[in-house]
Amino acid sequence: MIEAINQILNGLQLGSVYALIALGYTMVYGIIRLINFAHGDVFMVGAFVAFFSTASWGLPFYIAVPLSMAVCAVLGVTIERLAYRPLRYQARIAALISAIGVSLFIEYGTSLKFVFGPNFRVVPRPFNVAQWDVGGVQFSNIQVIVLVTVVVLLTALQYMVTRTKMGKAMRAVSFDHDAARLMGINVDAIISYTFALGSALAAAGGVLYSAAYPQINPFMGIMPGLKAFTAAVLGGIGNIPGAMLGSLIMGEVDVLSAAYLSSRLRDVFSFSILILVLLIKPSGLLGKAGPEKV
Amino acid sequence: MRFPRLFALVAIVVLIPAVALSGCAGGGGKDKNTLRVGVVTPLTGDVKTFGESTKNAFLLAMEQAGVTDKGGKIGNVPVEFTIMDDRNDATEGVNVATKLISETKVQAIIGSVTSKVTIAISNVTNPAKVVQVTSTATNPKVTVEDGKRKAFTFRACFIDPFQGTVGAKFALNNLKAKTAATLYDQSNDYTVGLAQYFKEAFEKGGGKVVFEASYGKDDTDFSAVLTKIAGLKPDILYLPDYYQKVSLIGGQARGKGIKAVFLGGDGWDSSDLDFKAMDGGYFTNHYSSDDPRPEVQTFVSTYKAKYGSVPDALATLAYDATNMLISAVKSTQSNDPEKLREYLASGTFSAVSGTIKNDANGDPIKAAVILQIKDGKQKYVATVNP
Repeated sequence: MIEAINQILNGLQLGSVYALIALGYTMVYGIIRLINFAHGDVFMVGAFVAFFSTASWGLPFYIAVPLSMAVCAVLGVTIERLAYRPLRYQARIAALISAIGVSLFIEYGTSLKFVFGPNFRVVPRPFNVAQWDVGGVQFSNIQVIVLVTVVVLLTALQYMVTRTKMGKAMRAVSFDHDAARLMGINVDAIISYTFALGSALAAAGGVLYSAAYPQINPFMGIMPGLKAFTAAVLGGIGNIPGAMLGSLIMGEVDVLSAAYLSSRLRDVFSFSILILVLLIKPSGLLGKAGPEKV
Repeated sequence: MRFPRLFALVAIVVLIPAVALSGCAGGGGKDKNTLRVGVVTPLTGDVKTFGESTKNAFLLAMEQAGVTDKGGKIGNVPVEFTIMDDRNDATEGVNVATKLISETKVQAIIGSVTSKVTIAISNVTNPAKVVQVTSTATNPKVTVEDGKRKAFTFRACFIDPFQGTVGAKFALNNLKAKTAATLYDQSNDYTVGLAQYFKEAFEKGGGKVVFEASYGKDDTDFSAVLTKIAGLKPDILYLPDYYQKVSLIGGQARGKGIKAVFLGGDGWDSSDLDFKAMDGGYFTNHYSSDDPRPEVQTFVSTYKAKYGSVPDALATLAYDATNMLISAVKSTQSNDPEKLREYLASGTFSAVSGTIKNDANGDPIKAAVILQIKDGKQKYVATVNP
């Protein structure tokens, strides 16, 4: 029983990190109907920027995090401006191919010696690991920090989307570009803003991930990116609470299948979920079923 | 309709490398007597320190034999060499080896370092009749696969059945361990083999392996299996992977309250190991720089003078592997792979890491050492003879 609680906590930590990545996928999809495949790589860049600012430039952790979020926000906006905007009103497949291209470009570009280099790097711990043991249930300060950060960021995001003018504009654009434009909303600016926000969240995810699993390399974004994408689809792509729910389920499936079924097959189970969701309820758990707008 | 433009772009992207690649065939000077040596080693990626050590030691051995990167002669045989990166990736290793054999026209390859890459390369070198000497690929499949001896492949190191047994005996006799858990990468011959040989020897000696688990090559979250292991409280946690991965597992294991002693193999030997996370752990290795034998101390001081650091086992064995090839060239005075192979199969080599004498499978029978990770350093514990 105690072990089961520990395993659920393990899944919660992993799911929280997935959530930060899945939110970016979902927001971007909600607003321009595009799966931004480069999102996992933005997550990687976020981890690297935080690594360089603490390990090489000696900045404190509480400055490194906002800095890496800012850098990734700029990166996200740039990607959208250069690779997606020119294709916005073309066939959807063109933007998708472009997204895959951007993803590979970032992975192999940052692998170059004069960028990040292809090697694995060990991330110095930003704070000492502390552990608590409450009647056999174990948790560490890293788990607490990850969870608290995720909850804070999520609450802020949910507030912004539902309670602010910007959020209202985002929802309007997601509903109908042309109608939003007629209402005087600057659609391009809103889309850029969405990319900035999603990328900043991914960066925060990257920093937390490297604090929990202190090793980074230019290809580290692929697997978490895919898992987070699956989580977003599971929750209902385009739906923010759905992304959160899907991520927590994915984290638990990941950990519990490794713990109780087979550590070899964890990825098999994770991605079986994706296939099942697409077959049974393509709109996801919280997504609204509806005809594709053309 | 932008499709044709996109199509043209894709076509260009695909065609440029194809054209570029076809234009650069042919190696260096095609002197009939020249021995061309290729080095295949991981200079980047997850085990880059292995490759750096290998490269340094190879250059040192060649320099002592009178060959620099501009070329040189061993006796009457002109020698040239090319060093290439395999990123510790089997596919890339095969690509690089194929390129060396078909374009550079090498007759001998030194490499690679890890078993998974070396096994893949050996299936290229043998059909092409190119001599291959690996420094540290310890898996049995390197020289013998499906019961067949790959005649052109040799190594300077002992093999994993021995290494796993040494680790298990040390755990039983010196650490007085009764139970162990093993955790290894399922996609890597080296880690799968070591975990299996450790288990066989440990259970034969009266111990019990209470938990075995594997993970994927790119896994970073081991919380699920580590939580299970923590509940079983084994005396030993056997981690037979390379330094990057075991550092990651070690840190997480302590975070889950696992008190077991960590034990591993020669893949731990790197300055990039997380010494703090692995503190108190033991690993089996090929040699220790603290070994008082004069050949070791001479090598350590020469290497240190040239590169400013103490050579690890990867460097030492690369030095030994290179010298095996050099002595074969010296005594045969030939660049014919067949003659070199014959000499390597029958010869005995006095090397820094101990005498190398091949058995029928081309596997040296050598002593192993046990080292401990203590206070940010490797501490010599014991030598185990076969």
